[in-house]
Amino acid sequence: MNTLAVEDLTVRFGRGARSVTALNAVSVAVPSGRTVGLVGESGSGKSTLAKAILGIVPVAGGRVLLDGTDVRGLGRQQRRAFLRRVQLIPQDPYSSLNPRRTVGQTLAEALDPVHARVRQHREAIDAVLAEVALPADTADRYPHEFSGGQRQRVAIARALITRPEVVIADEITSALDVSVQAEVLALLDRLRHELTLTMLFISHNLAVVSQVSDEVVVLRHGDVVETGPVGEVFSRPTDDYTRDLLAAIPGQGAAR
Amino acid sequence: MARTVTRTRRLRWNPALVAGTVLLSATALVVLVASFVLGEDAHALSAQAGQGPSGEHWLGTDDLGRDLLARSLVGARASLFMALIATGISMFLGVLIGAAVWTAPRRLREFALRIVEISVSYPELLVAVVLAAILGSGPWQVVVAVSVANIPVTARLTANLSGAIFQRDYVTTARLVGVPRRALISRHLMPNMAEPLLIQLAASFSTGLVAMSALSFVGLGVQTPDIDLGRLLADALPAIYSRPVEVVGPTMMILLMSIGAMLVGDGLAAAADPRVTRRPASTRPVPTRSKDVGSAAPVVVRDLVVSRADGTDLVHGISFEIGRGEILGLVGESGSGKSLTALSLARLLPDGLTASATALRAGSVDLLDRPARAELADAVAMIYQDPGTTFNPALRMGTQLTEVLRVHRGKSAKQAREIIAGLLAGVHITDPPRLLRSHPYELSGGMRQRAMIAAALAAEPALLVADEPTTALDVTVAAGILTELARIRDETDTAMLFISHDLGVVTELCDRVLVMKDGVIVEELTGEALRAGQVSEPYTRMLLDAVPTLAVTS
Repeated sequence: MNTLAVEDLTVRFGRGARSVTALNAVSVAVPSGRTVGLVGESGSGKSTLAKAILGIVPVAGGRVLLDGTDVRGLGRQQRRAFLRRVQLIPQDPYSSLNPRRTVGQTLAEALDPVHARVRQHREAIDAVLAEVALPADTADRYPHEFSGGQRQRVAIARALITRPEVVIADEITSALDVSVQAEVLALLDRLRHELTLTMLFISHNLAVVSQVSDEVVVLRHGDVVETGPVGEVFSRPTDDYTRDLLAAIPGQGAAR
Repeated sequence: MARTVTRTRRLRWNPALVAGTVLLSATALVVLVASFVLGEDAHALSAQAGQGPSGEHWLGTDDLGRDLLARSLVGARASLFMALIATGISMFLGVLIGAAVWTAPRRLREFALRIVEISVSYPELLVAVVLAAILGSGPWQVVVAVSVANIPVTARLTANLSGAIFQRDYVTTARLVGVPRRALISRHLMPNMAEPLLIQLAASFSTGLVAMSALSFVGLGVQTPDIDLGRLLADALPAIYSRPVEVVGPTMMILLMSIGAMLVGDGLAAAADPRVTRRPASTRPVPTRSKDVGSAAPVVVRDLVVSRADGTDLVHGISFEIGRGEILGLVGESGSGKSLTALSLARLLPDGLTASATALRAGSVDLLDRPARAELADAVAMIYQDPGTTFNPALRMGTQLTEVLRVHRGKSAKQAREIIAGLLAGVHITDPPRLLRSHPYELSGGMRQRAMIAAALAAEPALLVADEPTTALDVTVAAGILTELARIRDETDTAMLFISHDLGVVTELCDRVLVMKDGVIVEELTGEALRAGQVSEPYTRMLLDAVPTLAVTS
C-alpha cells in the first residue's frame, strides 16, 4: 500500500510562452514504511516536487495522494490535518530554527501551533530529543548554542514530534560537513528502522541516497529518467544520465 | 516530573544602555519634579526683566521677568509627554501595518507596499506641517500630525524586515503546521526584528521631539500662555542677538532627551540579542621573524598563528610548504582553521582576527611585509566556494575578469580581453567572446567557476588558493572543475592550496594532504597513501569513513 503517491504531477512556473516546466508528469510512489530517494542535480525539480506535495507551489496537473485520498481540494480543516501527517525537514539548519526561540519552544509549537506551551508537552519533547540523541537540557537552549549537525537533529526532532505518517527530507545534509553528514545519516538510518518511517529523501548526492533509501528515483529537467530498488539502479544503471552521475561521485577510488 | 522551563531572560546591561537610561531618567525626573516645584515660577512675572544669568536666575530671565530655567524645565515636560504619545502611536500603527502587509494575500500586499513606499517619499516634517495646518493649532493636533507623519517610515522598515524573515524556513514550517497569523507575528516576526525596531523607536522619539518643537516654533503647536520647548525657542528668537542665553535652556533639553533616547535604543537593541556576548581584548607577543627561511619552495608558511582580538588562538602555529606544480590539500571540519589559513595567505582575514608567523611567503613576496595590492595580486589568487556571489551581478563578465590585468598589469582593455579569452578557452569555455559580453546571471554555476579559475590564472600567481571550489556545485559539474585544476597543475607550475571538508574530493586531486583539527595539523599524507587508505591518525580515519560511498554491492 502506497502511503504517499504523486501521479502525473506537472508544475509550471510563469505563464504562456515564457513558462518553464519544472515537473513534467512525474509519478513517484512511497510505500508505507519505506524510504524513496529522489536524486537529481540543481534544476531537476526535486525540491519543487516536495513543495508541490506540501502545496507551497501551485500544481498545473496531476494528483498528490495520501493513503489513496487526493489532497488537492481538501477543506481548510482537512488540509491542516494533512500538513500534520506529512512533515518537512528543510535543508538549511541555520534558517529552519527561529534564533529567538528555545528548542523547546520550537518543538512545542510543532505539537501545538496555537499555544506552543513547553510545560504541557515536556514529556513529548524529552522523548523526541532522546530519539535524536540530544541531551534533555537541549530544550532550554537557543539554536546558536548548537553546531550545524546538532541543529539538524533538532530539525529532525521538530518533524518527528507530531508522529507524522510521511517525512520529506529536502537535502538535509548538503549544508553540513562530510563528517557531520555521516553522523546525521546514521541517525536517520537508525530512526527509519526504529520508527518504521515512510520517507521521501531528496538529495543531489547518490552516495548519500544509497545509504538511507530502499528505492531511488532519478530526476532530470523535470522528468523521471530511472526508477527502481537502490541496489539495482546503482549497480546496473540503464540510463546514461544515471551513469554520468555515478561516475562523478568523488572519492570512490579511495580504499577503506 | 516537569522541570521548570522559565528561561533566564535577565536584561544584559551594556554601556550604551546604562548611559542612556541614566541620562534619560535623570532628565525626566528633574523635569517632572521641577514642573511641580517650579510650576508657578515659570509663569510668575517679576520686575527683573531681560537679565543675564545670576545666582538667583541661573539662566537669566525673559523680557517679562520670568525665570528661564524654570520655563525650560516646565516646557520640557509638555514636549516629553507629547513626544512619548506620538512615538507610541506611530510605532504601534507602523509596525502593525508593516507586519500585517506580509500576512496578506499577494495582490493586496503588493498594493499596500507601493502605498507605503509612495508615502515614505514625502519628508516627515513637511507632512506634519501640512497636517497640523489642516487640523489647526494646539498640542493634540501636533501630536496627531507628527504621529501620522512618522507611520510610513516605521511601516516600511517593518515591511522590509518582515519580507526577509518570511522567507526563512522556520516561518515556512510554522505556517505549514498551522500556526495562527497572530502567533506568527508575535513569535517569529517581532522577536527577530527587535533590534532595528528598538533603534527606530528611539529615532522616532527624537525626530518626533524635534518635529513637534519645530511646529510649536512656527506657531502651529502649543499656544501662549502654555509652553513647550518649541514655544520657548520662538519666544527667545526676537532677542537672539541681545540675549543669546535664552535659547540655551530649551536647546539643552531637546539635546539631552534625544541623545538619552538614542542611547537607550542602541543599548536595548544590543541587549535583545541572545547571541551577543562581550569578550575582553588582550594583546599577545609578536613572534620573531626569521628572514632567511632556507627554502626554495614557492610557498612557505612557518608557525602561522591566527588569533582573535581577545587573545584566543584559532590556528596554533602551523607550518607547511608547497612546491612548484604541487597541489596541497588542506582538510578539516568547520572550525578547524583551514579557511583562516587560506585567508591569512591572501591577507583577507576578517576584522578582529590577526595573523602572525615567523615566515609567510608566496613567490618572491613576503606576505608579512604588508605588500602593495599589485604585489599581492602577483603572489596569490583565490577561487571561492560560491561562484554565485563572487561576481558583481551588475557588471559584465568581461569588465570583471580583465580587472586584474588592466589595473595591476597596465594592459589595455583590448589586450586584457585577448588574454582572458585565451585562458577561458583553456578552461573549456566554448565561446569566450560571448561569455565576456554576458552578465553573471546568464551563466551556470559551473561556467562561473571556470571563469573564476581563468581570472585567477590571468595574474600568473605564485599561489592559487581554492577554498572549497566544488562544494556549491552539482556532482557532474564539480567533477569537471577538478579535472580542470589537475590539468592546470600539469601544464603550469602553479603551486595550489586546495581546501575542502571532503576527503573524497581531496583524495581525487591532491599530491599531498594536511589534515587539520582545531587549528593544528594532525597528519600529513601523500596522495598515494591516502588513496591506499594508509592513514594512522584516528581523526583522519573518521573523516575518510565519513565520505559517503555507494552502499551497493554489485
